[in-house]
Amino acid sequence: MGSITLQGVRKVFGDVEVIPGADLQIENGEFVVFVGPSGCGKSTLLRLIAGLEDVTSGRVLIDGRDVTQAPPARRGLAMVFQSYALYPHMTVRKNISFPLRMAGMDAAEQARRVDHAAGILNLTPYLDRRPGQLSGGQRQRVAIGRAIVREPSAFLFDEPLSNLDAALRVNMRVEISELHNKLKTTMVYVTHDQVEAMTMADKIVVLRAGRVEQVGSPLDLYRSPANRFVAGFIGSPNMNFIEGEAAARMGAHAIGVRPEHWNLSTTDGAFAGRVGVAEHLGSDTFLHVDLDGGTHVIARAAGEIPVDHGDRIWLTPQDGRIYRFGADGLAA
Amino acid sequence: MATQHQRSLARLMVAPSVILLFAWMIVPLAMTLWFSFQRYNLLDPTQTGFAGFINYTYFLGDPGFWTALWNTLLLVGGVLAVTVAGGIALALLIDQPIWGQGVVRILVIAPFLVMPTVSALVWKNMLMNPTNGLFAYAAQSLGFQPIDFLAEIPLLSIIIIVAWQWLPFATLILLTSLQSLDSEQMEAAEMDGASAWSRFRFLILPHLNRAITVVILIETIFLLNVFAEILVTTNGGPGYESTNLTYLVYSLALLQFDVGGASAGGIVAVILANIVALFLMRGIGKALD
Repeated sequence: MGSITLQGVRKVFGDVEVIPGADLQIENGEFVVFVGPSGCGKSTLLRLIAGLEDVTSGRVLIDGRDVTQAPPARRGLAMVFQSYALYPHMTVRKNISFPLRMAGMDAAEQARRVDHAAGILNLTPYLDRRPGQLSGGQRQRVAIGRAIVREPSAFLFDEPLSNLDAALRVNMRVEISELHNKLKTTMVYVTHDQVEAMTMADKIVVLRAGRVEQVGSPLDLYRSPANRFVAGFIGSPNMNFIEGEAAARMGAHAIGVRPEHWNLSTTDGAFAGRVGVAEHLGSDTFLHVDLDGGTHVIARAAGEIPVDHGDRIWLTPQDGRIYRFGADGLAA
Repeated sequence: MATQHQRSLARLMVAPSVILLFAWMIVPLAMTLWFSFQRYNLLDPTQTGFAGFINYTYFLGDPGFWTALWNTLLLVGGVLAVTVAGGIALALLIDQPIWGQGVVRILVIAPFLVMPTVSALVWKNMLMNPTNGLFAYAAQSLGFQPIDFLAEIPLLSIIIIVAWQWLPFATLILLTSLQSLDSEQMEAAEMDGASAWSRFRFLILPHLNRAITVVILIETIFLLNVFAEILVTTNGGPGYESTNLTYLVYSLALLQFDVGGASAGGIVAVILANIVALFLMRGIGKALD
């Protein structure tokens, strides 16, 4: 079991209020991703759940039990750190079995669990090596192994993929998702990468300056962002915002159109502009367009389209794909 | 990687200092070796010429030799034990974020800056003196018989004095090592359910391994040669109870004016130091593995 509830959790460092008060419900078995720009308090929130930081006020409940004052070890959670935090002088086997050893488990059961975890994570050939002799991806798996063997009620991941190169990151992302499907244990995952959030999460929590901006499934957030911040943060490339007269005509302070929701034409359309940079990827073409009103927008076209730097182009938003935002930034 | 040309240039540039250092070491060593085989007593200039191994048999047969050897090892071992254990404890303490951390650290380092002769005098006259000393006063006010430290437990007293001087050094080296410990590792261990003792035993101590080795190595080199503290406090006495090899050589050369015998003692000390160094290097090889 592993449901986590935050009730009015507030965190203050000195006189800086990092988390002004967060309420959140994480259901058992969910894969929840905290996402937001750096310094938004997502790691702090995770550490508050883990018990590595003291909550200034509010309550943390795990499976309905109030653990606000409980030390990290008593919360039944396992954490994977950004730096992996492996014990450098211990072999992989000893690293993975460390939590079991601390729990005073007998050696046979320890060995059984370590072998099982190593099997899941393809670490069996490396059990007698030290962390220094492993590659980044292998170290990452050892860190996950150390978390798995405890059979925790929930896993906490603190930007676990940020030290890996791009290709490995994609692989590990898939591996972690598969692990979640296999174990069906609650996972709380912190990242600043919205692609990781979109691809892995059952539920995304978007944070800004310690505030929960929106909670929902990846596609919920994509389809109906609650405000301009969430709209701009979710989706890649970012949503285009157009303010001024064009927006006023639609009864909004600003309108947002995602790059993939433009209809492109070389003859006519709603907005006219000139192509700045054209990125031809084969499968897609990304056009950086300077509209005549002075706004810079990005448009994505599927496949190849024959335009290049300096060409005139007309963009028309697809029906029902225009987001309207009021002056306060909230979706209208 | 350096090219062949760069490497030979580098060797050329380093050569003068290497040659100087080598001469600095080899000339006194050769002279000592030479004197150790000569009849050479400052009180009797008529005795000259090759002496064979007489000086060595004389030194090794000296009633004080085995005591001095044992005392040397006790002194080195005792001070090492106190400074390493105490250094770890102090380093752990002053690594904690406390008010006035900077001042506390300077205070901890202070004993290292006091000259050995001065600190030995302070210990002898202000602390360990059986009539005027602070320890005697404390013992008396509690109703105990004051201990005459330097007469009753001379070697232990010297170990205490020398350990006090070297504790800051050990603390400093261990503190810097402690500060390089990854805090996420400690947090991971905390999440893994490790108690404070387990974190110390399985994380901090292995992490400090190298620093401890460095402390032991450097301290051993200096502790084999402890001299000023003995001269100032006990003069090696009572009897040979607090005489170490360095002091024995000194007493032969300057109290008995036997340069040949003292040189033989010096060579014996050099050989012993090398044996100790051999064991240390092996230990380090393992620790730095």
